Amino acid sequence: MTSHLLSWIVFLPLLGMVLMAFIPSGRGNNAIRAISLVTSFLVFALSAYLLAEFYRLPAEARASFIGLSDAKFPPGTSSFFEERLPWIPSFAVWYHLGVDGLSVILVFLTGLLSFLAVFAAWNIQKAVKGFHMMYMLLITGMMGVFVALDLFLFYVFWEVMLLPMYFLIGIWGGPRKEYAAIKFFLYTLAGSVLMLLAIIVIFMKYHTFSVPELTRIQPFRDNLSVAHLLWFGFFIAFAIKIPMFPFHTWLPDAHVEAPTAISVILAGVLLKLGGYGILRINFPMFVDSTAYFIGLIALFGVINIIYGAFCAMAQKDFKKLVAYSSVSHMGYVLLGMAALNGEGMNGAVFQMFNHGLSSAMMFLIVGVIYDRAHHREIERFGGLGLQMPKYLTLAIIGFFASLGLPGMSGFVSEVMVFLGAFRSNSTEAFPQALQWVLSMKTLTIIGSLGVVLGAAYLLYTIQRVYLGPPKEEYAGFPDLKWNEYASLVPLAFLAILLGILPGLALNVFAPAMNSMLTLWQSQGKLLAEGAKHLGGALGL
Amino acid sequence: MKPSIESAALAVIMLPLLGFAVVGLLGRRLPRGGDWLATGIMGFVLATALMIFASVFHLNSPLVSIRWLSPWFDPRGNGFEWPVGILVDNLGAVMLVVVATVSFLVHLYSIGYMHGDPKYVRFFASLQLFSAAMLSLVLADNLLTLYISWEIMGFCSYLLIGHYFEKPSAANACLKAFMTTRIGDVLMFMGILILYWQVGSLRFADIFAAVASGSLGMEWRTVAGLLLFGGAVGKSAQFPLHVWLPDAMEGPTPVSALIHAATMVAAGVYLMARSYLLLTPEAFLTIAYIGGFTAIFAATMGVVMDDIKKVLAYSTISQLGYMMLGLGVGGFVASGYTAGVYHLTTHAFFKACLFLGSGSVIHALHTQNLSEMGGLRRKMPITFLTFLVATLALTGLPPFSGYFTKDSIIAAALEFALEHPSHWLLPSFAIVAALFTSFYMFRLVFLAFFGAPRNTHAYEHAHESPWVMALPLVVLACLSVYPVGGGVGNWFWSRNPAPKIEEIFDRYGPPSASLHGGGAGPEMAKGGSLASHPLELSNSAHGDSPTHEEKAHLAHQYAVAASLAVFLLGVGLAWATYMKRIIDAQKVAMRFRPLYLLLLNKYYVDDFYQAVVVRPFLAFCRKIAGFDLRVIDGVVNGTGWFTRFVSWLVGLHDRFVVDGLVNAVADAAAAGGRTLSRLQTGRIGTYLAGIGVGVVFLAGFMFWIIGSMR
Repeated sequence: MTSHLLSWIVFLPLLGMVLMAFIPSGRGNNAIRAISLVTSFLVFALSAYLLAEFYRLPAEARASFIGLSDAKFPPGTSSFFEERLPWIPSFAVWYHLGVDGLSVILVFLTGLLSFLAVFAAWNIQKAVKGFHMMYMLLITGMMGVFVALDLFLFYVFWEVMLLPMYFLIGIWGGPRKEYAAIKFFLYTLAGSVLMLLAIIVIFMKYHTFSVPELTRIQPFRDNLSVAHLLWFGFFIAFAIKIPMFPFHTWLPDAHVEAPTAISVILAGVLLKLGGYGILRINFPMFVDSTAYFIGLIALFGVINIIYGAFCAMAQKDFKKLVAYSSVSHMGYVLLGMAALNGEGMNGAVFQMFNHGLSSAMMFLIVGVIYDRAHHREIERFGGLGLQMPKYLTLAIIGFFASLGLPGMSGFVSEVMVFLGAFRSNSTEAFPQALQWVLSMKTLTIIGSLGVVLGAAYLLYTIQRVYLGPPKEEYAGFPDLKWNEYASLVPLAFLAILLGILPGLALNVFAPAMNSMLTLWQSQGKLLAEGAKHLGGALGL
Repeated sequence: MKPSIESAALAVIMLPLLGFAVVGLLGRRLPRGGDWLATGIMGFVLATALMIFASVFHLNSPLVSIRWLSPWFDPRGNGFEWPVGILVDNLGAVMLVVVATVSFLVHLYSIGYMHGDPKYVRFFASLQLFSAAMLSLVLADNLLTLYISWEIMGFCSYLLIGHYFEKPSAANACLKAFMTTRIGDVLMFMGILILYWQVGSLRFADIFAAVASGSLGMEWRTVAGLLLFGGAVGKSAQFPLHVWLPDAMEGPTPVSALIHAATMVAAGVYLMARSYLLLTPEAFLTIAYIGGFTAIFAATMGVVMDDIKKVLAYSTISQLGYMMLGLGVGGFVASGYTAGVYHLTTHAFFKACLFLGSGSVIHALHTQNLSEMGGLRRKMPITFLTFLVATLALTGLPPFSGYFTKDSIIAAALEFALEHPSHWLLPSFAIVAALFTSFYMFRLVFLAFFGAPRNTHAYEHAHESPWVMALPLVVLACLSVYPVGGGVGNWFWSRNPAPKIEEIFDRYGPPSASLHGGGAGPEMAKGGSLASHPLELSNSAHGDSPTHEEKAHLAHQYAVAASLAVFLLGVGLAWATYMKRIIDAQKVAMRFRPLYLLLLNKYYVDDFYQAVVVRPFLAFCRKIAGFDLRVIDGVVNGTGWFTRFVSWLVGLHDRFVVDGLVNAVADAAAAGGRTLSRLQTGRIGTYLAGIGVGVVFLAGFMFWIIGSMR
């Protein structure tokens, strides 16, 4: 099985989907749910197996990043667990799958959340068959993006993932589902068109779609203005997914309208696709352009952190608050990767993983109460803690995981991001006159205020929803049910485990990311020049 | 094999953590909610802590430091792991005993106090987690683990203040406590960022080595030191972040005793003591002034409070101010550091005793209001006696422990001021605050335990507390008496487990020029002309040691005289007001009504924050969210609408222009056809006429052509 492990991970859900097609809807609903659960569990098990196999590699092999010249992949391949077959030979399109440390951890996260989200989808009664079939297709798309090493294939999976998501929001969503679904779809599509253009331009010149090869080639290194344009083509596509301010407004709508399980996937996995894309394509493939624009990434990261937190503070809808907290938390990812040093970069990847855990918990927590109360207005809640003590306990774990309490994994990644960003000089290219406000020091200090803001909106929410005297309205609400436990407890456990032993996760990707950083080691000068150019371009 | 100190220290942290996990997960299935397990663990921890203390003490060196290091994780991915470590030195060993003692006694006490509480299990689990965090804080060998423990303590404090979260006041209080301290924490975190950036490590040893070698510049030491102090200001409830501590009294009383009196709030003082070497004269002065001001500021509010726990809370804030003052002046006069740390230890015992005593009263009367108490000394003799002992310790009557430690802080401040008169405010703060302390504490004692019962119903039902509650009171009271608790104290005082500042310098290399004037650094030359500059002061002190000794001696004599005088004055005033009723408190309050209201409303600091920070902040958040909805999302929707509008226009164009043209051609053809079809009448005559016309036309055409050819 190891030989085609990645293909199994990607296409097993499709198998489940085909199986479901043979089961009559209505009477067979439980069978469909069971197939969904078993399939996603198998996918999760395979991704865990992938992680375990990856762990068994020697440490220096794990430090290989796809496309780097000194990477130690098995001979004759350009990644681990590689599968490479010609697909459309006339256009040099290959069915090319492969992983390194960065993809392995995100494949694992996707496997885990896809499995746990099925529990949250258990209560969905409307068109059960359609829902789970779409859901299976969604898993295929997400997994495919993380393991595809051919830009064409990458793009195909990117779009494959988009389609079921459109229907999952548009059919099984809340009151404004059509609006949210179309907004999500068009927004992502707008981004992916830019990405497609960039891919085509690259192909026209280099006649290859291969990610490892293009990373070695460094497309348009001799013509930086073209490289910059391509960089932006990819970056905007990914920035929309992250989502980076000001491209974030699809997210609150999509998250709020989507059913709980889909919100979990949206926040837990889809946002990571953006971060993954930047780290897989923008950073290693366009080293120079990245050095040029790194300061902007840092700046927008900090804007995300602070702006998202302010917006979250003012929300009246519980789910919207969580959605904006995602905007804020993904800002740490941007800030960390912009630090361009070990702590920051690994902090960013770890933050992606941890945000996957904590935001999934948060959406599940909102889902629990929405299922019972059928509304999400924070002000109308109150006193739930006394009625549902077990729910309160898990909610507190989720909230504090989200605000980065030490002992939980989110803290470690936030600290790494800040420590890395503070000692970084990514913004030294910004003009001298603006250094007092745009230096990495200042940006990091401003960003660290997000920690206070995060505590403010989360604790304020705990207080309004769970504390205070119990309300008549909510008397007799049952405490957590089996499927709610099943989805929440593993996440809580992982968040605490990785808070105490962060090495378990860091050892997977940190060596690889550290190797990637060597791309800029010889380029300190480049960074400085880039900054000047950027300053000029911005008219600063 | 005899267990090593390192493994004992590890056990001290791990056992309560294990207790937290077991009680938290299985507590409901354990008999009595697992309280015996938690208490037993703390008993064992106390024994271990004493063993560690004895071992450290047995080594009989002020420079003991036992380290344990383990790689933790590798953030950079380059194989260089961050270590997690334990440091047992004199300061740590003393703190360990203090924390373990109070924590064990509070666990024991809680068995009685919390009996029958529906959240009994949760309470004990949180206590265990808190104890683990506090113990790992005092054993941390680097700022990161210290910060982690620090925050986890804050989290436990949040949970425990909010223990009765169904009460809105408790729900507010826990939020306020966490948020206020988090403001301090983020400052502390910025300090950590600066140190990591400058030193490249967060271990105390590395930071101090950088200080000693001078590679960490003075300006960064000042900034980082003050930022760390920002964290301490939050945690130790110093002005201006003191507002959370009085509200934190919403928590159960044992929690107030453990967390909000003896241990967690002292963590800020501990942090300053731990990072002492980092600090610069500017930082020391700031600490001294903030501490001194807090001492008097909080003491004045203690005078008017009617809630027994609020009085004690303000007293705690005030005493923490004393400790900070001691540490602050310790940068200039040698005795300050020891005085500050030592006051931390004695305060932990007597203040815990006071809180547990007040808990005993609350348990008996079911009220916290002083105006409903009175005459309790007959009903609750143990509580009364222990409370009285602790009060005497707090107010500073020899031979009770507080006398010795508070007195040495006052002495240190006086010594500093004698050497440098422009800082006369510092000892004045301390002495006047002592007057207030003695007044409000005896006011409390007289109102609660003497006189006639003011609420006879409650009084009738009052009873002495069960032994699990009384025993901790007795133990703590004993520890507040100098020959017993202080005797232990005296024992280590003489061996000096809390190292003097010079000794710390010995450990980490030559003293830095700035602190004790050992070597005249470049700053010295510049600062020499500034008479008020502490550098100059310490220099003169150093070079003129006989006078220095004399001054220290003189300061100590003044301090003894002053503190005894204000003690007597305070007791006398309280006695005259609340026992003999010579002074009518009501009339005084009426006479100085604005002042009274100012104090009663806590100097309006809370209202100020509400008006200037909280509400504008919330309003600003709403503005931003509105901006997001209207502007940012507006642009997105606008783009959507614009696209639809353009599509509509294009549609119109398509329908009327493009399609119109096509249709026009077709229409023309059709119309032409229709017109011409009328010719097809089917009548021969018409056709013949047509042919005739055609022939004539053709003939004419031919003639015209022939004619034109010619």
